Amino acid sequence: MVPLSYYLVLSGILFVCGVLGFLIKRNIITIFMSIELMLNGVNLSFVAFAAQWHSLSGQIFVFFVMVVAAAEAAVGLAIIIAVYRTRETLNVDQVNLLKL
Amino acid sequence: MTPPTSNPLLWLIPILPLAGAAINGFFGRQSSKKAISAIALTFCGAAFLLALWIAIGFSSASAPYSFPLAHWLRSGSFSVDFDFYLDQLSLVMMLVVTGVGFLIHIYSVGYMWDDESYYRFMAYLNLFMFFMLTLVLAKNYLMMFIGWEGVGLASYLLIGFWFTKDSAASAGKKAFIVNRIGDFGFLIALFLLIQHFGTLDFPALFAKIQPISPETTGAGLLTAIGLLLMVGACGKSAQIPLYVWLPDAMEGPTPVSALIHAATMVTAGVYMVARSHMIFERAPSALTVVAIIGTLTALFTATIGIAQTDIKKVLAYSTVSQLGYMFMACGVGAFSAGIFHLMTHAFFKGLLFLAAGSVIHGVGGEQDMRKMGGLRLYMPWTFTVMGIATLAIAGIPPLAGFWSKDEILAQAFSVSWVYWLIGVVTAFITSFYMFRLMYMTFGGDYRGAGAQASHAAHKSHGHGKDDAHGHGEPHESPWVMLGPLVVLAILSVFGGFVGLGNRFEHFLDPVFKAAVEPGLQEPIREAGEKSTEYLLMAISVSVAALGWLLAHLLYSSRPQLPARIAEKLGGLYKAVANKYYVDELYAALFVRPLIDGSTTILWKGIDQGVIDAAVNDSADAARHISDEARHMQSGNLRSYAGWVAAGGALVIAYMVWMGIR
Amino acid sequence: MLHLILFLFFGAICVAGAVNLLVQSHPINSALSLIVVMASLSAEYLLLGAEFLAAVQVIVYAGAIMVLFVLVIMLLNAGTEEHTKGSRIAIILGVPGVAIGAVLVAWTLLFRAHTSSVPLGALPGGPQQIARLLFHQFLLPFEVTSVLILIAIMGAVVLASKPEAVAKRHPRETPQELPELVGVRLAGQGKEH
Repeated sequence: MVPLSYYLVLSGILFVCGVLGFLIKRNIITIFMSIELMLNGVNLSFVAFAAQWHSLSGQIFVFFVMVVAAAEAAVGLAIIIAVYRTRETLNVDQVNLLKL
Repeated sequence: MTPPTSNPLLWLIPILPLAGAAINGFFGRQSSKKAISAIALTFCGAAFLLALWIAIGFSSASAPYSFPLAHWLRSGSFSVDFDFYLDQLSLVMMLVVTGVGFLIHIYSVGYMWDDESYYRFMAYLNLFMFFMLTLVLAKNYLMMFIGWEGVGLASYLLIGFWFTKDSAASAGKKAFIVNRIGDFGFLIALFLLIQHFGTLDFPALFAKIQPISPETTGAGLLTAIGLLLMVGACGKSAQIPLYVWLPDAMEGPTPVSALIHAATMVTAGVYMVARSHMIFERAPSALTVVAIIGTLTALFTATIGIAQTDIKKVLAYSTVSQLGYMFMACGVGAFSAGIFHLMTHAFFKGLLFLAAGSVIHGVGGEQDMRKMGGLRLYMPWTFTVMGIATLAIAGIPPLAGFWSKDEILAQAFSVSWVYWLIGVVTAFITSFYMFRLMYMTFGGDYRGAGAQASHAAHKSHGHGKDDAHGHGEPHESPWVMLGPLVVLAILSVFGGFVGLGNRFEHFLDPVFKAAVEPGLQEPIREAGEKSTEYLLMAISVSVAALGWLLAHLLYSSRPQLPARIAEKLGGLYKAVANKYYVDELYAALFVRPLIDGSTTILWKGIDQGVIDAAVNDSADAARHISDEARHMQSGNLRSYAGWVAAGGALVIAYMVWMGIR
Repeated sequence: MLHLILFLFFGAICVAGAVNLLVQSHPINSALSLIVVMASLSAEYLLLGAEFLAAVQVIVYAGAIMVLFVLVIMLLNAGTEEHTKGSRIAIILGVPGVAIGAVLVAWTLLFRAHTSSVPLGALPGGPQQIARLLFHQFLLPFEVTSVLILIAIMGAVVLASKPEAVAKRHPRETPQELPELVGVRLAGQGKEH
């Protein structure tokens, strides 16, 4: 018997790691992976709540999150490839043409 | 009080010159000079004829006349309308203004013919007539004030007529500003009248004031009003301490000096004081102040006139001095004597100025008397009429000036011999400097340069000094200028006879004596004092003759004496010649601090420091803020993420806090 | 008891993998750490009783998405991260913000929330029930997501393809317009066609 809050704390830790990765890392692909990490954390909390309320809808939602994550990963990586072609770098600090 | 009779022609008298001014003002630029003159003379002459017509049909029984023109102000219980009013006093003033004004219009046709802004001059002259007539024919103080301000405006426009000349523009400004100081006093007096009596209408107001007993304790409402009105009169009629604008006003063309600064505008103050006699009679201290100011001004400016070398400046100081006489008369309660002198003064002073203009025109623009002389041979007519005017102003019988001046001196004597003595001394000085003017201008040999004068006139042709001919030798003026001179000379000779047997005073009695109560300060004319009167008359005639003799001595028989006397007197002579440095004193006391204060406090301190700074600094602040804020838009993905994380933390904190509450 | 031990064991692996992702400098190492995280998460799902979901997690996430990531890393020859001057704001504002948020949430969850325990394998139902839900209640989202996937596929193909390849398929567009179409700016010379 594991208290629900433990699952939520684990989910929170995963999410925080994801955010920190987004803030700290410089490689755009690594940043994307941090995003995936964040999504996974959220998925875990969904399933945990679904288990508490004995509801299957939580799982369905996780499905959809996964689908969207997949689509987003595909398109995002395509964009990264396109940006790499012009900027010749994967360093996110050097893609700052929108600077004021 | 009997209600005034209606006279439907009254309103036309001021309006006709206004129409002339409007037509000449708007259409004059493209009209021919003949058309302009015709318009100006017609409208002014029509006003004069109308005034004559009304005067002929005037009967004291049905006076005063009035005519309501239009509604104006309604504010609660206070109301003021455009009403015109004619009683004996305003009849006299109206005739003087229209008559002398018309003569001067005719004179100006000849004098200003060659000026390039001829139409503007005639338009301004007509405009002045309109305002002066409004002032004189007004039925309430507020309409009088319109005329008051309007003549100040016309004076400014006409003094600075040749506005391209710096001195003329400054003189116009000075006149207007000094006038304004007086107007301030006038306005406060009006406010006090409105506050305490609720009306400014002459019949209604004076009916309310009549039952008030005189304020013998020296302080009180009527004294305050009287003093404030006197401040206004000092400004308009150039008394101490606000006389400084009138000598400078000689920058204007000579007809302007004649009309405005001799005959009519400067007399507005005297008229106003006479009109307010009911207030002054109940405020003895104010009346005394009027008398003192008038007397002192008369003496003071007469002394300045001794040392002046510009012919117009002598006449200007003479005007101020004679105005002092009029105020002295009003100050001792002899209002009708003051008005009498006003009328005769209009004749001979107007004549003096016009003749001076003829002289200046004849010698090609020269105004310095030291460069004149011997002109009696070149300009006999001018010499004659100017001589008549000089005799009149000196008070030689039986010319007009003698009757009016003697009347004033007699009335002054019956109040206090001090006034009389100063008046006599001033009469002596007046006679002296007027005959000095005559001898320097017409006597001896011509000291001017003749042919050189013509070159000088050619050089000054462009900026429009008084004359533009420069024919070389001095010459007589054309008849269009001499005609009015002759008419005025005749009036100066015979005009005084209306005062014979106190006819003039009795004519004005319904105005001044209608509400006299026993115990008020009134000129006491004891019945059995005729011998005193004759004695006083003799004294004034003899001092006039003395003045003439002295002038003859110094400027005709021994012309080297004046220079020696001036040397001997040294500093005193310099002070008098420099007008006692009054202008410099005012500049240091008032003008300089005002300008400096305005520059440092108002301009640099408030306008630049506060208002401009507020606008500029707020713009700067906006720029600085946006300068800082734009650093947020760095194009860097991670900083955006940082901001999002911070914001997210804030939202979470807020939600937790709400949850705890 | 066992539940708790297993939960803590897999949780530790999860957290270790997440931290490793942050620490590693080469992206490929980060990708492999992420795979470890996903695997352990799948185990967590099993503990909660979501067997189908655990399987899908491994198949889709670890098997497809992460493969895609690794493929792109290989394609772009991503090397070790170089240290460039980053954004100070991110560190100054972001990290404390995250820390504060995390602390708050944790505190709330552990001390203020009143939650019950979750038994082992608590979730009811299996694939059959999930399918029933999916095709009855959640039909609309299901169909919409399929359209979404279709769009994502098309977008990915267009975005990632080379400019000449696009030009071959759309011969009427001039070379100058193509870069805008693809969103690629040609550095330097224009492409003649």
